[in-house]
Amino acid sequence: MIKYSVKSTLLLALMSLTGCASLSIEPWVKPYERQNLADPIMSAARHPISNMHVAHVLDGREAARGAESTEGGGCGCN
Amino acid sequence: MVVTKFMNIQRLNTRFASVLKTVVIFSLAINIGLTASLSQAAVLGAERVDVLYHSYEGGGMKIDGPAILLRKKVTESVAVTAYYYLDTISSASVDVLSTASAYTEERNEGQLGIEYLHDKTIMSFNLRQSDEDDYFAQSLSANVSQDMFGDLTNLSMGFSYGDNEIRRNGDESFEEASEQYRLRAGINQILTRNLTASLSFEAVADDGYLNNPYRTVRYIDNSIPSGVGYQSEIYPETRNSFATKLSASYYLPYRAALFFHYRYFSDSWEIKSNDVELGYRHPIGDSFELELKLRYYQQSEANFYSDLFPYKNAQNYLARDKELSDFDNMTIGIGITYSLPSSLSYGSSRSEASLQWDYIDFNYNNFRDPMAEGGVGNESLYGFSANVIRAFYSLYF
Repeated sequence: MIKYSVKSTLLLALMSLTGCASLSIEPWVKPYERQNLADPIMSAARHPISNMHVAHVLDGREAARGAESTEGGGCGCN
Repeated sequence: MVVTKFMNIQRLNTRFASVLKTVVIFSLAINIGLTASLSQAAVLGAERVDVLYHSYEGGGMKIDGPAILLRKKVTESVAVTAYYYLDTISSASVDVLSTASAYTEERNEGQLGIEYLHDKTIMSFNLRQSDEDDYFAQSLSANVSQDMFGDLTNLSMGFSYGDNEIRRNGDESFEEASEQYRLRAGINQILTRNLTASLSFEAVADDGYLNNPYRTVRYIDNSIPSGVGYQSEIYPETRNSFATKLSASYYLPYRAALFFHYRYFSDSWEIKSNDVELGYRHPIGDSFELELKLRYYQQSEANFYSDLFPYKNAQNYLARDKELSDFDNMTIGIGITYSLPSSLSYGSSRSEASLQWDYIDFNYNNFRDPMAEGGVGNESLYGFSANVIRAFYSLYF
């Protein structure tokens, strides 16, 4: 199961590096219609230092790891 | 024996340098390839410095300290980040008190990063080091992200490698090592003018000494008056895991934001977990911003975990770490951010002060409190709550 999951991650990673980048698709949300999405209140990374602390606290107390959306790489502790 | 372990550590350091070199070359190659045919420009994030005080208190542990994060553009296309974090730990947790004495220690962490922007591609590279008396960890990571399809879609991928040296205080001859590889990929998609969603995956592989060198398991031993004996934990030397996370952010018509995420995790130790989080951010007037959070987490136990083994050496692998047991927790969080008036800021810079408080309630379904009444194996199930506080100041310059 995990082996297949790793393969699908690699596949998605490779897709991001291949011809997808050169396809031209008409954006259905125009750049000038994105002011709501650009509002700072919509930013998941609004408080990066706080996100890093939350990830560290949970990393030491829960078995789950990965896909946290923050740089980290483990508890670094016993 | 000690010499062999020392050589293993040396070999790890050499491998760390070798992986570092490979990742840098690989990342540069990817970046050159990606940016060859692109024209429209993206931008790097804001320049800022954040200074934080953090505190965690619960389950007999008190951890606090400062942290600082700096992000500065060197040019329009290159930004550097620096991060320092200190944990001052005072522990008298349930597993410490049942078999050892309370202790205090410090953990220092530093990170240095660089981001390079070229047209619609951002490449970042990060080095991290964490140091405490009995644990030394180094890691490096490289990430590439790419805007495409009229900038409605962002694809990203990344790789990390870390090596760890594990020691045991009071035992000079003890020295072990482990390595960790991480591979991640993600897609972020603008769906409507008010809604974005993202899907991310991360595979993590560990190899080496994965135990906590202090922890023990307990087993029934009728030959001694207490009726319970203790022996060291024994973990497998490999662990592979995979996590998938779906996130969404929605802009509400009255200028507020709703956040959602769901993550599913599974690993080769047969732990499965789910966590779901709902967040809400609401401006109050021109100067305040309120944040609310509700998170639920649940996991099943590792296939070699037991709260009480039937006898000594009952199986090949043994664990009684409550983080590997069947448990759930619920977090309720509240935060407030205040935009400081220009009279309290530096020159034309904008600054904010924030205070966040999380209350986490942990309930263990197969981990008993060995100091509770009831007799061996019949004690009450363990549970505790923790208060997590973050107070920080952010300056945008």
